[in-house]
Amino acid sequence: MNLGTKMGKQTIVYDDSVYIKSFYSSVGKLEGEGPLGKCFDVVYKDEYIEAKNWEQAENNLLKNTVTGAFAKAELSCDDMDYVFSGDLLNQCTGSSFALKDMCIPYYGLYGACSTMAESMSLGSIMVDAGYGQNVLAVTSSHFCSSEKQYRFPLEYGGIRTPSAQWTVTGSGAVILSPDKSHICLDSITTGKMVDLGVTDNANMGAAMAPAAADCILAHLRDLELKPADYDCIVTGDLGIVGSTLVNEIIQKQGSDISDVHMDCGSMIFDPNTQDTASGGSGCGCSASVFCGHFCRELIQGNIKKMLLVCTGALMSPTTYQLGETVVGIAHAVGLSYRE
Amino acid sequence: MNISNKEYDVMVKKATPNSKLFTDCVKAFIVGGIICVIGQIIMEGYLALDIKKDDASALTSATLVLVGALLTAFGVYDKIANLGKAGTLVPITGFANSIVSPAMEYKTEGLVPGVGSKMFIIAGPVLVYGITASVIYAVIYKLLTGM
Amino acid sequence: MKFVYVFLVGGLLCAIAQILIDKTKLSPARIMVGYVVVGVLLTAVGLYEPLVKFAHAGATVPIMGFGYTLAKGAAKAVGEKGWLGVLGGGVSGAGTGIAAAVVFGFLCAVFSKPKAK
Repeated sequence: MNLGTKMGKQTIVYDDSVYIKSFYSSVGKLEGEGPLGKCFDVVYKDEYIEAKNWEQAENNLLKNTVTGAFAKAELSCDDMDYVFSGDLLNQCTGSSFALKDMCIPYYGLYGACSTMAESMSLGSIMVDAGYGQNVLAVTSSHFCSSEKQYRFPLEYGGIRTPSAQWTVTGSGAVILSPDKSHICLDSITTGKMVDLGVTDNANMGAAMAPAAADCILAHLRDLELKPADYDCIVTGDLGIVGSTLVNEIIQKQGSDISDVHMDCGSMIFDPNTQDTASGGSGCGCSASVFCGHFCRELIQGNIKKMLLVCTGALMSPTTYQLGETVVGIAHAVGLSYRE
Repeated sequence: MNISNKEYDVMVKKATPNSKLFTDCVKAFIVGGIICVIGQIIMEGYLALDIKKDDASALTSATLVLVGALLTAFGVYDKIANLGKAGTLVPITGFANSIVSPAMEYKTEGLVPGVGSKMFIIAGPVLVYGITASVIYAVIYKLLTGM
Repeated sequence: MKFVYVFLVGGLLCAIAQILIDKTKLSPARIMVGYVVVGVLLTAVGLYEPLVKFAHAGATVPIMGFGYTLAKGAAKAVGEKGWLGVLGGGVSGAGTGIAAAVVFGFLCAVFSKPKAK
């Protein structure tokens, strides 16, 4: 047992007690054709992923990603102590139906697109506390099931605004463990919900940017760090619009992350050739880009120290119709390369 | 956060790119115009078959609905809409698209609860308000033209 | 010339909708509802009939023409049947279009499935 230390109000720091043992990413066709296409473990050409409907397709996506993470570490379901999983579907069925036959003690999470950092945070607490040798953290999102639930039918000739984001078909899984590896999970910062009154559900980046800024600033404050202490501070899916805003907000608070800031949603697609407007979004966006791109960079030592800040927009089609605002949430996970 | 909702709204407006109004309108104008011309050609065809004007007009609508429905079923309508913007939304083919696309999408949830009930999730309001307006008009018309 | 008017008026009605979409927060569904109701209104005050005479399909193919058909059907039924025509007139005028949408919509849905983008 090796309990971490609470720093400030929102951050827990671990003492070399949590590592990433295995990581795996899967994406759909469009993501595979994007700038990061080569770094994902699997690219599915057919987005039905051998299923009869979009919901089952997402189940298969998540299930296959988990199986991939197992295979990489030569582990099986039986070796897992816990799984923390979430997705965007109603009642979190993307996760529950995908994992039901694996017989792993299961926590289903909903943190909108912030879920990857949420699942890794909770998983790391389990590992640090000594309750698990292998804890799985996984999320997924699927463009088609999300369109169906949140927007319009796929074949509807709807009109996208330039601030709209494109839900990523993708999934990412990590196995957290106290066994030493090249990627160490150093710290977690639990974000607060921030609501600055954004009501436009076609501008999620704007709704999430304040929460991302709040979480990043809290992390830096709690650990008395400067942005330059990180090689990169990576937000989840703010997109092009949200990325501009998060930098502006942080500058207004007297800090500046623009030199080290990156955004998974802005990286996964090429806005000039892929017609994805402001960029990617969805739980699977930060999950697949983190597990596909950043974990590889960390394991090779190209990135020595990074902060992953997954961002979520808390809303539902119902709250939107009721005229409620879109509430932002963000959680941060600090990671570093170990020899 | 020491930023008020009002200040943030200004920041958001500044950071959000505007729609390309002019090019969007040109696209909508051309695509919408072409669909109407196709409608006129179909209409002329029916009139040439000696069909009465009212019936030819109704048949033209039905034909365009069929075309819109087929293009949706073949997965083409959303691609034309990407180009034509409101030019594919406003013509009656867009009405057909708004009925067929949810029906297709929800077929996985069954023929009655899926196709049957979800068919009008987008187009329903058009019928509700269109029919209601026509009935209100009928009442007023009757009152004005004498009992 | 007829086809030019068809193109211009039809295109214009679509361009106006595009301006509403880009410049206001109105969703496409609300704009469609607005168009149908405006179609009924303009027909009621006698403005849409001349537009149809001038632009033909340019005025009848856009969804505003659906409002025109509903209103014309309503007026015709009231003229023929009085109060008895009030409820059914509009729908019987637009019946062909509505039935076509339902039946073709149903058949197309049964024989096809959505594709990813």
